[in-house]
Amino acid sequence: MNAPLALLAELTHRCPLRCPYCSNPVELTRASEELATEEWARIFREAAEIGCLQVHLSGGEPTARRDIVEITAAARAAGLYTNLITAGVLLDAALIARLQAAGLDHVQLSVQDADAAGAERIGGMRGAHARKEAAARLVREAGLPLTLNAVVHRQNLHNLPRLIDIALAWGAARLEVAHVQYYGWALANRDALLPTRAQLDEATQTVQAAREAHRGRLVIDYVVPDYHAARPKSCMGGWGNRFLAVAPSGRILPCHAAESIAGMEFPNARETSLRAAWEDSDAFNRFRGTGWMREPCRGCEHAERDWGGCRCQAFALTGDAAATDPACALSPDRALLLAAVAEAGATAFRYREFG
Amino acid sequence: MTPRFAPGVRLHHDVARARWVVMAPERMFVPDETALEVLRMVDGARDLDAIIDGLAEKFDAPREVIAGDVRGLLDDLVARGALVT
Repeated sequence: MNAPLALLAELTHRCPLRCPYCSNPVELTRASEELATEEWARIFREAAEIGCLQVHLSGGEPTARRDIVEITAAARAAGLYTNLITAGVLLDAALIARLQAAGLDHVQLSVQDADAAGAERIGGMRGAHARKEAAARLVREAGLPLTLNAVVHRQNLHNLPRLIDIALAWGAARLEVAHVQYYGWALANRDALLPTRAQLDEATQTVQAAREAHRGRLVIDYVVPDYHAARPKSCMGGWGNRFLAVAPSGRILPCHAAESIAGMEFPNARETSLRAAWEDSDAFNRFRGTGWMREPCRGCEHAERDWGGCRCQAFALTGDAAATDPACALSPDRALLLAAVAEAGATAFRYREFG
Repeated sequence: MTPRFAPGVRLHHDVARARWVVMAPERMFVPDETALEVLRMVDGARDLDAIIDGLAEKFDAPREVIAGDVRGLLDDLVARGALVT
């Protein structure tokens, strides 16, 4: 059994944005049920003890927590490389200075589109785009490294060259061009988000050309949509292999979408140590390694490369979390995925309503 | 020339795996033994000459030999984005 390398700390599900591709669960955890500051501090120490080297402070919007500075300090005190994954709309110079003093190592800022009108339609928040630009400037002025995360899909892929220009103009050293992954709320909006094959091919060419053009100045990471792939993604680098997440409720998860798999029970950090969850829980052992696999995964030459793809996607599409991910060309359920690609083309988004 | 770690990059002792790692935004790498010796001398105050002197003394090796190794490694670490000069 490997030790985990990274912890995703989902501090809250609260967020001022309403992105239709949100990967948080359809059922959100309320603020009153969120873990307390001291509980997160203990979780960070436990994560470092079992081998985690970095923590992603995420959500929802992590800066919606009043104690985000204390949480950041606790993560750094535990010895973790500390990465803030933020929409940026709640950041100001004072908060960035306090986060930096607390030891924050890196900021990843999301952007929804290349222009304010498109970005604010997608994110569902008026004024968000200008606030993000201001946040990027403040982060850079503080001397913190910045990654821009552009989530791309059917309705903004035509602006990809301009999103790359924004990454350069805003001073990001890295750009993640992340095609939407279809979990949680994103699955409910799949018809409006799934790109065409032609869009995907054009985007891939754009990214390759930009990597060449901006070598040494901008690193571009590219997350492709597996609906158009022949091989599934190596989801989480294998279930219970490199990564764990803690949800706002305290549930300890092999991936942030794992709660979407009906019938699984997950240990809670309020009662269970991260070590016990990682090593001994049924949830983490269920799909660890290759022993759980059936054909065509069992014995497949790709089994230890892609680990059968994504368990959450297998469950969402086939109703069976132990099935081969239909993103694999060898999956007997491949037709489900091809049908989704054929049917995509809606334009209206379904937005979450917060209760 | 005074090398220092690039913003967001630091050397970290990975206790669980008994090794040192270079942590950087959204990535990490494990330096080999020689690179690690150089990185441990990088404190933003020592310049290239001081780093070479320090390592020549530590390993009781001819300065010219150490100098060549250090220059090559620094170039590589700058190219990888771990250090800036």
